[in-house]
Amino acid sequence: MSPIFALVDCNNFYVSCERVFNPGLAGKPVVVLSNNDGCIIARSNEAKAIGIGMGVPVFKTGDQIKAHGVHVYSSNYALYGDMSQRVMDSLAHFTPAVEQYSIDEAFLDLTGFTGHDLTVCGQSIRSQIRKWTGIPVSVGIAGTKTLAKLANRIAKRSEEANGVLDLTGSAPRIGALAMTDVEDIWGVGRSFAAFLRSIGINTALQLHNASDSLIRKRMGITGLRTLYEIRGISCYPIEPCPPPRKEIAVSRSFKHLLEGRADIWEAVAAYTSRGAEKLRTENLEANILEVFLIADPYNRKARYFNIKAIQLPFATGDTAELIKWAHIGFDDIFREGYRYKKAGIVLRELSSNACNQTTLFTPQREKDSGKIMQALDSINRRFGAESVRYAATGSTKNRKWKTVAHHRSPAYTTRWDQLPKVS
Amino acid sequence: MKVTAIYHPDQTTECSRPLFMVPVSAGFPSPAEDYIEGKLDLNQYLVKHPAATFFVRVSGNSMIDAGIHDGDILIVDRSLKPVNRKVVIAVLNGELTVRRIRVTKDKVLLISENRDYQPLQVEENMNFEVWGVVTNVIHPL
Repeated sequence: MSPIFALVDCNNFYVSCERVFNPGLAGKPVVVLSNNDGCIIARSNEAKAIGIGMGVPVFKTGDQIKAHGVHVYSSNYALYGDMSQRVMDSLAHFTPAVEQYSIDEAFLDLTGFTGHDLTVCGQSIRSQIRKWTGIPVSVGIAGTKTLAKLANRIAKRSEEANGVLDLTGSAPRIGALAMTDVEDIWGVGRSFAAFLRSIGINTALQLHNASDSLIRKRMGITGLRTLYEIRGISCYPIEPCPPPRKEIAVSRSFKHLLEGRADIWEAVAAYTSRGAEKLRTENLEANILEVFLIADPYNRKARYFNIKAIQLPFATGDTAELIKWAHIGFDDIFREGYRYKKAGIVLRELSSNACNQTTLFTPQREKDSGKIMQALDSINRRFGAESVRYAATGSTKNRKWKTVAHHRSPAYTTRWDQLPKVS
Repeated sequence: MKVTAIYHPDQTTECSRPLFMVPVSAGFPSPAEDYIEGKLDLNQYLVKHPAATFFVRVSGNSMIDAGIHDGDILIVDRSLKPVNRKVVIAVLNGELTVRRIRVTKDKVLLISENRDYQPLQVEENMNFEVWGVVTNVIHPL
């Protein structure tokens, strides 16, 4: 039986989450901002229609926001994360084979629905997700993941499709490929697109008809897979269990440029602490810790970027241990006299904490670390983040590096004191 | 007899054992031990569809006669069908409100459980939608 894939994608996800709990926003232009209220990262259709661009810094939109009465929200990841989980759990009612692809997208294996009207099936997915969670979704159905992505893209834009498009048939598939630019195909990056255009391949259909050997030669095995996928030969199966994480990164831009060593170190220590927490929730330990600093990239005279990678003596998920090493790395790359824009840490070469190896010389402190961290995590789960924390991360007040969010909606689904109000 | 070697107990490893549900008194096993059924879980009782269930907080007294008080928490299941006489969360002109829904042949009414409030007939031009069905009230006494 040839496989059938669906890509379910939430429409304007962050905006849709805000609308579930604030139904008065329906039909109005709404945008959601990135961390520190910097750039626009989600737009309602009404905001798109006004011409507000994606990724644009909010200060550059100037009059548009005021003139059109655009509703502006800071990003509320507590809410979006919870709503995402609800969407994914609801999808699992249709098929057990669900692969979450991003916060607002999932691939479904619909092979078992062969012989049914797939458009009807897609519509019932759409209406049930809408009813259960309040989130509108689009559904693209096809014989490969790449084509399901394409089907979804068209379903979202076409009024006629009403949010669902089935490209399993040969005629609709060819029609869809003919109307799609080659760079809009999933897996075709900017450099491949440039190459393809340079040899006269402009549409997905032209790529579909290209010679295998040429694509293989210039775009390698990944390119060849993309080619097969758009021809309807599935190369990427559903992966219900995501592959284990390769790295954990925690970094933020500062709202204002920072110069003081103490402030920036405090930020790095806090990011390290957050990274260690993330490690432990997934039962992982890190072997490599990287610290990086970026000075104001817009100031030509005072540009500075540096990164320090540290091979840890043993894999660890211990906050204190990681902060200790982060400090060594930080001291190594911090330079006075620059105005810093961003700092962060990356944890790499992650291994499961179940198979950690201690050595003869491992200090007792390290042997007890697991229990200390467990206690720390359970206190912070119960009493709120950072109830107990390392002094290096500073006081929770007066953090100059703290991200700002002036327009954040309540954590409607995750905090008892912030539940939606009904009258 | 000669002592050839002295061994120390190895205390570096741990071997955890399951914790028994009842204290073991040697020789007298509890007659209840085979009948343990686990604990009662309120989530399981109150939340049938976790992905579709939300909590909301009541503000005001429009439903006081239905036992819904100011400050109470309502459990709302969006997966349920809003059939006649159910208490629902409705979107009315962009606001979330709690009302009893009354569906007749030709009209839909939203009814408050409070004599001070008039029932409201849903008109075509109103921006109206049922947001979810209220299944339980959490009310502190």
